[in-house]
Amino acid sequence: MRQRNSSGTLYRLAWMATCALACAASAYGQTLPDGSIADSLPASSLSGGRLLLTQGVSSIEGAAGGGLTPWALISGYDTANQVGGNLHDTYIKTQDYSLNTYGIALGLGNRFEFSLAKQLFDTRQIGALLGLGAAYTLTQDIVGAKVRLFGDAVLDQDSWLPQVAAGIQFKHNENGTVLDAIGAKSHSGTDFYLSATKLLLDQSLLFNTTLRLTKANQYGLLGFGGDNSNSYHPEFEGSLAYLLSKSLAVGVEYRSKPNNLSFAREQNAYDAFAAWTLNKHVSLTVAYVQLGDIATMKNEHGYYVSAQIGF
Amino acid sequence: MNMAIMFQRKSVFKTLPAWREGTPRTHGLAQVAARALTGMATSVLLVLALNLLPGGMRGAQADDSLYQALGQKPGIAAIVNDLYDTVLADPRLRPYFVDAPQKRIRQKLAEQFCVLAGGPCQYTGRGMEETHRGLGIDRPAFNALVEDLQLAMDKHHVPYHQQNKLLAKLAPMYRVIIEK
Repeated sequence: MRQRNSSGTLYRLAWMATCALACAASAYGQTLPDGSIADSLPASSLSGGRLLLTQGVSSIEGAAGGGLTPWALISGYDTANQVGGNLHDTYIKTQDYSLNTYGIALGLGNRFEFSLAKQLFDTRQIGALLGLGAAYTLTQDIVGAKVRLFGDAVLDQDSWLPQVAAGIQFKHNENGTVLDAIGAKSHSGTDFYLSATKLLLDQSLLFNTTLRLTKANQYGLLGFGGDNSNSYHPEFEGSLAYLLSKSLAVGVEYRSKPNNLSFAREQNAYDAFAAWTLNKHVSLTVAYVQLGDIATMKNEHGYYVSAQIGF
Repeated sequence: MNMAIMFQRKSVFKTLPAWREGTPRTHGLAQVAARALTGMATSVLLVLALNLLPGGMRGAQADDSLYQALGQKPGIAAIVNDLYDTVLADPRLRPYFVDAPQKRIRQKLAEQFCVLAGGPCQYTGRGMEETHRGLGIDRPAFNALVEDLQLAMDKHHVPYHQQNKLLAKLAPMYRVIIEK
C-alpha cells in the first residue's frame, strides 16, 4: 500500500538546483554590509524595490501572504512595469505528521499573481495506524491566481482603504483511492477568496483578513467535500503582524476550516510567527503552529520553517 | 465552539439595554449625569480610536515627538544632506537629482520634513505635483528614494518606528509624484 511518487526525487532535485541558482543570483545583487548600495546592483534590477518586509511571505498554498493565509499583496518586489516573484520551501512538523510545501509565485505589474505549489503530507507512523503504510504521503498540486482589485496597502497611509485582491486556487490531490476510502466526495477542488490587507505604517502594524469559499478537507490534503457536507463554506482567515525592525516582523494568524468528514473532526488553525528578511531577496519564517485535530489524531501542533527567495 | 462564543457575545449586548432601563428614570439629575458619563466615555473611545488612525487623517496636532526623534532642525538638515548624497551615489536615482538645483532642494526638503514631523517650521517650496511634473518618475524610483531615506535615518540613529511615522506621512504623495 506504501506509495511514494517515483518521479518525486528527480523533481525535488531539480527544484533544489533551481533554488540554489536563484540564491546565488540573489546574493550577487544584495546591498553591501556597510549599507551602501553596490554599484553592481543589477541594472534596472527586477527588484524594483518596496519597503522591506511589507511583502509578506509565501503561504502554504503558494500565494503571497502570511504562512497560513493569502494576503492581497502581489508576490515579488514587483512594480508597475515589472515582473517579480518568489520561490519558497516550507516544512511543518507536528507530533504525528509533517507537511512539505514548495512552489513559485510570479507577480506581474503589481496587478496579477500566478502561483504553483506542491504539498507533500507525510503521515509518518500514523500511516501504518490508518492502514495506509508507514510514511504514506498524500500529494497535492495547487495552481493559484490572484488579482489586485484596488488600493495600495503600503502607500495609502492617509486612508483606511485597504488593498483588496480576489484569488482562486485550483487544487488536485493525487491520492484518489485513499480519498474515496475516507469518504471525500472529490479529488479536486477550487477555492475562491477575497483578501484585504492594510499596513498602518505609523503604528508599524499590518492587518489582513481573507474570506474563502472552500470545500477542502485539511486544505485539500484529505480531499474535497465529505459525508457531513459537500457544499461551499465561507471561511475566515486573519493575520496581524507587528514590524519590529526593517528586517524582523512578528505576528499571529488564524484560519477557520470546514468540517466535512465524519471520520475525523477538523478544527481551526492558529500560528504565531517571526519573519526575518536577510536582504531584499532572502527571507526566513519560523512559527509555532496549532493545527487542531488531523485525520483522527488530536491537537496537532508543532513548528513551521520556511525559506523564501525573491527574484 | 464558535457558536458558543457568539451566543456569549449576544448575551453581553442584551444586558446593555437592561442596564439602561435600570437607571432610575425619576431622578432627572442622575439621568443627565448618566448621559454625560456615557457621552464622555464615547468621546474617550473615539479619541482612542482616532489615535490609531493613520497620521494624515488626524489633522493638526501639537505632538512633536517625531520632530524630536529626528534631532530637530540640525538633525533633519543632516539627514536630508545624507539623503541627497546617497541619492547621488544611487544609480537608480542619480539621473533625477544630479542636474537639479541641489542647494534649494536640500533646503526645501528639510523644511518639508520638519513640518511633517510636527516641528516649528514653514514649508516655502512649491507643491509636490508641480515639482515632480514631467520627470517621469515611476514606482521603482519612488521606492528607491524611500530606501535611501531609510538608510539616511539609520545613519542618524532615528529609531525604526519613528522612521515609519515619517514614511507614513510621505507615502501618500506617491499619487502626485508617480507618473507611470
